[in-house]
Amino acid sequence: MAVNAPIAPAARPRPVQRVRRHRWGTLLWSAARTPRGAIGLVLASFVVLVAVIGPFVAPNSPEALVTLAFGKPSGQFPLGGDFLGRDVLSRVLNGGWVLLIMAAIATAIGISGGAAAGVSAAYLRGVSDGIIMRAVDVILSFPQLVFALLLLSLLGPQLWLITITVGVSHAPQVARVLRSATLDVSERDFVKAAELQGMRPAKVMWKEILPNLVSPLMVETGLRLTYSIVIIAGLAFLGFGPPPPAATWGTMINENREGLSLNPWAVIVPALLIALLTIGTNTFTDAFARVAIGVDRRPQEAALIDDLGREPSE
Amino acid sequence: MSSASGTSPAETGRNRRRDSPAVSVAVAPAQPAAFVGAHPIARLIWRRLAIGVVILFLVSVVVFWATQVLPGNAAYAILGRNATPARVQALEIALHLNRGVFDQYWVWISGLFTGNPGQSLVNGLPVWGYVEPRIINSAVLVFVTGAIGAFAGMALGAIAALRKDGWFDHVTSVVVLAVTSLPEFLVAIGLIILLSTVVWHVLPAVSLLAPGSYAWNQPELLVLPVATLVIVIVPYILRMMRAAMVEALESDYVEMARLKGVPEWRVVLMHALPNAIAPTIQVIGLNFLYLAGGIVVVEYVFNFPGVGQGLVTAVNDRDIPVIQFIVLILAAFYVVMNIATDVIALLATPRRRIAR
Repeated sequence: MAVNAPIAPAARPRPVQRVRRHRWGTLLWSAARTPRGAIGLVLASFVVLVAVIGPFVAPNSPEALVTLAFGKPSGQFPLGGDFLGRDVLSRVLNGGWVLLIMAAIATAIGISGGAAAGVSAAYLRGVSDGIIMRAVDVILSFPQLVFALLLLSLLGPQLWLITITVGVSHAPQVARVLRSATLDVSERDFVKAAELQGMRPAKVMWKEILPNLVSPLMVETGLRLTYSIVIIAGLAFLGFGPPPPAATWGTMINENREGLSLNPWAVIVPALLIALLTIGTNTFTDAFARVAIGVDRRPQEAALIDDLGREPSE
Repeated sequence: MSSASGTSPAETGRNRRRDSPAVSVAVAPAQPAAFVGAHPIARLIWRRLAIGVVILFLVSVVVFWATQVLPGNAAYAILGRNATPARVQALEIALHLNRGVFDQYWVWISGLFTGNPGQSLVNGLPVWGYVEPRIINSAVLVFVTGAIGAFAGMALGAIAALRKDGWFDHVTSVVVLAVTSLPEFLVAIGLIILLSTVVWHVLPAVSLLAPGSYAWNQPELLVLPVATLVIVIVPYILRMMRAAMVEALESDYVEMARLKGVPEWRVVLMHALPNAIAPTIQVIGLNFLYLAGGIVVVEYVFNFPGVGQGLVTAVNDRDIPVIQFIVLILAAFYVVMNIATDVIALLATPRRRIAR
């Protein structure tokens, strides 16, 4: 066998890119086929479907005063009225898509910013590493929600600003996780080979390192998506969301909670939708992490990295 | 886990002596004169403290920059576009905006150190008088929650580990996954629905405590906020404790203890538990860190007069001196707890004590 070896590689070049793409597609698929993954996917898809199709099937305008304030559920208004007498069902159906879009964009900002910072800190080392990681330390010294409130306090609660703020507040945690993942990868032979061929650092990071970080990157994306939904819905609940007449689930919970004993559905239904969405995304992420990374990681590291975005110290 | 973590608490205490050989080897390389001969743990702690001070300074710069410098003129942002020039000028003087950036920072930071963080823009009262009772109320909330949560989490985690793959273990693992996904305001709303409005009416839904009074005057108001935060932090502690306990129970030293005939309760309490607690302490510390942010939403939901609710009110009113002060307090708590967690974890884990 070994005697014939020199001829074989030249005859059949290996399709490297293809193998990698195939791999993460397979990972997603096998995660979706585990019981946990399937449950998570079904829950999240249900809520996404409600949010996307909702505006087209809502019976009333979400802003029209059509029934009594905190009116009880009836045949015409299955979920009753809200604190001003608007149709709760129509507001629920209209109130999801803004949250979903904001969460998706915030996650994209956090992941791309954090990945860029983390990968370049680990690969470039030296001064860049020091500066990037100290900046990360400083931002991590604020609780995430407090950091978001700080930035919103002067610029006012515009939607694009909330989205960017939440994205930026994710970046340091993503950077930490990807920095430690990059430290492993950048020592491998194929990276050294690319460097010896004279590849520019930016290209090495983009073409050689990043494709090998797909698993941690996707686990992070799932986690950050869940946290984005949690924080954006929470900010809307605190009054920093789409301005008043607009319907969003977080805002609805806050504005209708004084009438909980009159018409609890105006609070329960939006709360349940947010809960199903975050449980769905988190459960699927958990299933994916089990398939892609495995449960055999040391428990300390797994618990620390997953939940609070910190790598175990030293 | 290696044999190092298998040492009993009594042994770990002895290892801490100054003249232990492993330790003196680690000190050897060139160090600043003041630290030569100092215990490596002490050196590590000093280093962490120094880094903490630097980070706190940078944090204060970020807070200052974000609230006062970032969007051009803060006075316009507060008063709105159609403010009269006279009012803008008055506010600029109140905020020291008419001076240079470094001057402004100096006035603010020296005010902080002399116990005078300025006046509220909303009512003109001193910030300290407004924030002080809130700090105490929030501290009560955080530490009561932390104590109950740590105890409950460790107990439930240990039980789940002892009954590994039993029904309790399966139920908790599903509940843990679900609860860790939930935003804290949903947990709070769920408790309000369950306990104070729709289903039962046993507890007050919002606290009617007057701002400036202390929470322990009406302890029943603490029940729901504490319950919410305990539910939010327990899953993380439970999961960590379970994992560490499972690892300890499967270790050689536990098998050894069983083989030599130590009673099972003693194996669990004296051999496995102390080694499982060490890694759990760090997660408990991280949950204290989480509480610094978690209290904001929970205090708002229950109208609990702490710093979190004060921050939301101040952000709504754009009361800059109050925002600056509260954010800095929360960040300082965060930095200090971070250091405390690292130090305690260092002291609780024998193999980490040998300096790198």
